[in-house]
Amino acid sequence: MVTAIFLAFVAFIVGLSVQLGRKTKTSSGYYAAGGQIHWFVNGIAFAGDYLSAASFLGICGLIATQGYDGFLYSIGYLAGWVVALFVIAEPLRRLGRYTFADAVDAQFNSKGIQLAAAISTLVVSLCYLIPQMVGAGVLVEPLLGMPHHWGVIMVGGIVMVIVATAGMASTTYVQFLKGGLLIIFSLVLVVAVCWRGLSTSPDQGGAVPFHRHGSITLIVDDKKNITGTTEGSTASEFATTASGEKFVKLQKEGVSRWWRVDMSDGGLPSARETESVVKEAGGARLVNGMPEGPLNKIRQVGSLASIAGNPDCATGPVSPVGLIAAIGSPETKVTRWKESRFTDAEGSAVTVYHPSETDGSRLLRPGMRFKVQGTWLERLDFASLMLGLFLGTAALPHILIRYYTVPGAKEARKSTIVAIAAIGAFYVLTLFMGLGAMTSGVLNPADSNMAAPLLARSFGDLLFAFISAIAFATVLGTVSGLVVAASGAVAHDLADRYLALALSDSSKIMLGKGAALGVGAVGIALGIVFKGMNVTFLVGLAFAVAGSANLPAIIMILFWPRVTSAGIIASITVGMISSLGLIALCPDMWGLYGLPPSQAPVPFSNPGIVSIPLSFITLVMVSLASTKSAQST
Amino acid sequence: MLHEPANRDTAPDSAAGYKSRLGLILFFVYAAMYAGFVVINLTTPAMMEITVLWGINLAVVYGLALILAAFGLALAYDSLCRKREEGR
Repeated sequence: MVTAIFLAFVAFIVGLSVQLGRKTKTSSGYYAAGGQIHWFVNGIAFAGDYLSAASFLGICGLIATQGYDGFLYSIGYLAGWVVALFVIAEPLRRLGRYTFADAVDAQFNSKGIQLAAAISTLVVSLCYLIPQMVGAGVLVEPLLGMPHHWGVIMVGGIVMVIVATAGMASTTYVQFLKGGLLIIFSLVLVVAVCWRGLSTSPDQGGAVPFHRHGSITLIVDDKKNITGTTEGSTASEFATTASGEKFVKLQKEGVSRWWRVDMSDGGLPSARETESVVKEAGGARLVNGMPEGPLNKIRQVGSLASIAGNPDCATGPVSPVGLIAAIGSPETKVTRWKESRFTDAEGSAVTVYHPSETDGSRLLRPGMRFKVQGTWLERLDFASLMLGLFLGTAALPHILIRYYTVPGAKEARKSTIVAIAAIGAFYVLTLFMGLGAMTSGVLNPADSNMAAPLLARSFGDLLFAFISAIAFATVLGTVSGLVVAASGAVAHDLADRYLALALSDSSKIMLGKGAALGVGAVGIALGIVFKGMNVTFLVGLAFAVAGSANLPAIIMILFWPRVTSAGIIASITVGMISSLGLIALCPDMWGLYGLPPSQAPVPFSNPGIVSIPLSFITLVMVSLASTKSAQST
Repeated sequence: MLHEPANRDTAPDSAAGYKSRLGLILFFVYAAMYAGFVVINLTTPAMMEITVLWGINLAVVYGLALILAAFGLALAYDSLCRKREEGR
């Protein structure tokens, strides 16, 4: 059913694209849908553009695994729209025609601005494109049983067809459909979660019996060595991770499984049951000590150990407020899952997913992921993230170009308000979807990105099919918008304006479509190369680069009359290079390079708090200096 | 098409200055609320655990309030802009 609904959805989108493509005769039609999109449609399309894989898959997954810290992204992403509405929307619409470069170059007609703005648009679009492509692969793998790279190629191919056939008009209606359906079905999912209520033994409506990961007492010899368990298992091997967690391999009836050792003060130590995957040197995979297969997979996890102090109860239907209050009660315990990796004695790679209980009240405030009570550098990193989210939205190229698809400035304002309503509603729903996934026994401990689709599956195949198809369309729609923005940078900003190639209108459309194919191909390649990278981290990178490179230029052009073209060029260049440079040298990237994160030259991962002010200061100083220089000559 | 400045929205808008000032004021109002949220988290994060309404803690109430405030301010902004545009 999932496959049928997915294919029907894709066929409909491509059909719509071809139909709209017949009406696209001018470059204005290709890049800006002729400026004739209704403001309400454009507002929902804004939501479709913005609610990417990171929002739907990433945030729900983060809330499900990290609690409130995932919701911080929802708050920050939505707050960015306030900047877009109150500061950017109407003035920007009055300035330009197709692209970010048009807007910042409107009063200068400078080759340098055209080049810098086009490169910035390309860089930000590609940064944002990578996580969408990676998200596509993540989604397709479990849904259609295809390898990651085929998922990326499929999304890239479909998007290239969509964009190459009709450009912005097609993209707008795809986004409108996707945005609307995403909000409707998310609401359905939240109603279903509240109707089912909370339970300490969630069984997915009776479909999947709940498995409680319990503890057993370990036996210790005279030398305090663990030898086995009181239930007859024998200890055959031990492992300790870099973070100090201890694991023991217990053997019973020919099956060996890894358990986590929990030391106790004075009494006997105990072992907590885990979910484990062992990748043997020959390629075979063992799940919980047995060969992996259709009947032996990692269990779905995520549950409440107690609700308001009661370890064995179910609430029945609850209100949304009741759901949050029950989970956030100081007496509620939530079972969360952590991943640990090590190599066993035979050289096999072992991944262990192990549970621990956290107070609900602790989980529903910041601190599980972002160390708000940590060192000043860790706090600075949190502040930097919140600043980047706040200022990055209004500078994303695929968002900026949507201001030109409506007839005028007033419509730009109205469509932004519709977008805030739609996006805000969705982000409120993410909290309930994430908490629902956290407590419903549906999480795949190996991949938090699938939290929302798996939550839907716990309510039946039909909802799962629709949610999955919409999630896929989410990726399709966002990638379409990004490809249009990037192709506009190549064909309009670089070829037409910067290089001044004398092209006819039809040639510009052809060049745009060719650029869309090229950008799509690059996106596919990068999506395959970056497989396994954290989707949310990559999106945060794109926000930081956009906020640093683009926002200072836009703001100062609108509100500071002394800005010069040299100031704009310097600001875009410094903002782009400093944000990318800080990210390349940060602890997260150091870990990706296989180096110790603690040795990274830059001690924080979110660059916005440095690169955004730096870009503003550069713009002001260079503008003042270039004005003085012009006056003295 | 090659070197000319980009097209502008040329329709006269006598309310543009008013809307720009209003937008900046509302932006700073919201920015102050957002900054307050970040500062509380950085300085007294335990305060976010305090139950403030219907059994829900300050973190959730403040977070939802930020989302709702964005929409509320947006509606107020649109209403005031339309009044000025219509000359009322």
